[in-house]
Amino acid sequence: MEFLLDIINNPYYEQVLTMMGIYLIAALGLNLITGYTGQFSFGHAAFMSIGAYSSALMTLKMHTPFLVNLLAGGLIAAFCGILLAFPSMRLTGDYLGITTLGFGEIVRVLFINMEITGGAIGLAGIPKETDFVTVFVLVILSVWGLYRIVNSRFGRALAAIREDEIAAETMGVNALMYKVESFSIGCFLAGISGGLYAHSLQYINPSDFGFAKSFELLNFVVIGGLGSIPGTVLGTAVLSLAPEFLRFVKEYRMLIYGALMVAMMVFRPNGILGGVNLGDLFRRLKRRTKPPAAASGGA
Amino acid sequence: MKRISAGRWVEIALLEVDGLNVSYGGIKALRGISFKVEEGEIVALIGANGAGKSTTLRTLSGLVRAHGGTVKFNGVVMNKVPPFRVVEMGISQVPEGRRVFTRLTVMENLEMGAYTRKDGGVKETVREIFKRFPRLEERKNQLAGTLSGGEQQMLAIGRALMSRPRLLLMDEPSMGLAPMLVNEIFSIIKEINRSGTTILLVEQNAKMALSVSRRLYVLETGEIVASGEASDLAGDELIRKAYLGMH
Repeated sequence: MEFLLDIINNPYYEQVLTMMGIYLIAALGLNLITGYTGQFSFGHAAFMSIGAYSSALMTLKMHTPFLVNLLAGGLIAAFCGILLAFPSMRLTGDYLGITTLGFGEIVRVLFINMEITGGAIGLAGIPKETDFVTVFVLVILSVWGLYRIVNSRFGRALAAIREDEIAAETMGVNALMYKVESFSIGCFLAGISGGLYAHSLQYINPSDFGFAKSFELLNFVVIGGLGSIPGTVLGTAVLSLAPEFLRFVKEYRMLIYGALMVAMMVFRPNGILGGVNLGDLFRRLKRRTKPPAAASGGA
Repeated sequence: MKRISAGRWVEIALLEVDGLNVSYGGIKALRGISFKVEEGEIVALIGANGAGKSTTLRTLSGLVRAHGGTVKFNGVVMNKVPPFRVVEMGISQVPEGRRVFTRLTVMENLEMGAYTRKDGGVKETVREIFKRFPRLEERKNQLAGTLSGGEQQMLAIGRALMSRPRLLLMDEPSMGLAPMLVNEIFSIIKEINRSGTTILLVEQNAKMALSVSRRLYVLETGEIVASGEASDLAGDELIRKAYLGMH
């Protein structure tokens, strides 16, 4: 217990955990888009930047309360998500991937060239509003919300679209509409994550949200296991903490990080928890620990 | 079905296709085909690869847009109805190659079939389908991708029946199945029809199609080249040569 308190009281660990939570919220949004709905998005960081810039600008220029700015950042990102999704969700697979990649670059270049965003210098002097508790609460809320979504009628339709879009349409699912909705919910979470990011690091710069960041987020989701919420949590935890834990190997850090990723794809191509149903796993463990007399009644 | 029109009784078929034209880019897939399906019938559309059979079904289910002609279902023009509304109107489809949702369970697949239903009778329909396909009940919690080809075909049929359609479109239900399973599937098709569902069947297996359907249309490169009662067509010299491999 004391050890845990130590971790939270240590500002370095707190910052690392806060950043992990922030990335986790964005990754959960991407998991809804890519993992559950099966739509590639290579521009997720762009939606993070939209949320980051809009909430930071609101804080700096309008002095509205932090939570309002955070929510507004999320909504603006979701709105931009809808704008992008309507034309591009008619595309599938690689084509959609390229489109989102292009969109991500457009957003980055736009922020570099706009005056209000501070151009390439970025925005500095954002007050520190994000703390570990806020992030923690928002992570819990996102996980809960995502579980509610994927276990609903809407979530079932998203899974059907992922499995076979044409078959889903012949079942009566308005695939385009549902894909747009799923995309915008994912972008909303990215926007929230971006707002937290801006108010945690107090400085943002367009190059923070380049396509490298988009791929990093995608890595979190894929390594954890597409379409698995616990997988995304685990994937984000492992991959966002790995560079920190690997600091002792100094310049070989990213080399080992890369090797870990290659090893993952070789040994568990579906991700750490891909295709694993945690509920089933617990039930199986329970059954194994139960005395045989009690277990036979269930069969 | 009978409808009053201009003061007199007129016969209106459940499905009426009139002069349907469909092209993919510049290539004409259907050149003005016309046919109809009466309530309660099994009608088969037969033809070789590329004749336009699947295109016809895809047009009926709204996945492909017609460039000319009309599709009327129950008297309503369906040309501009988007695919996700077609099922609400009472047309359901067993797609070519089954297309079950492989990473959803059998039960979830069936529930997807009833996606547009808002009445409370979905559980009852699931029971009916399990009665018709006991194998599906045994495997209801299994992922659909782990089923055998025949079981997947049964699931695809069951899923299509979940919306309780008036018209069931079946695209090559015999494709890739062992001969024994083909017989089983076709006897199921007959049973479904007997319990009141009209069926439009698209098949390459002309022999099977002749044996279950009441009427047939023969498609060749986008045109209907022959049509008639199954009993008449089975005796037709041309049909025997071209589609049944007899001389």
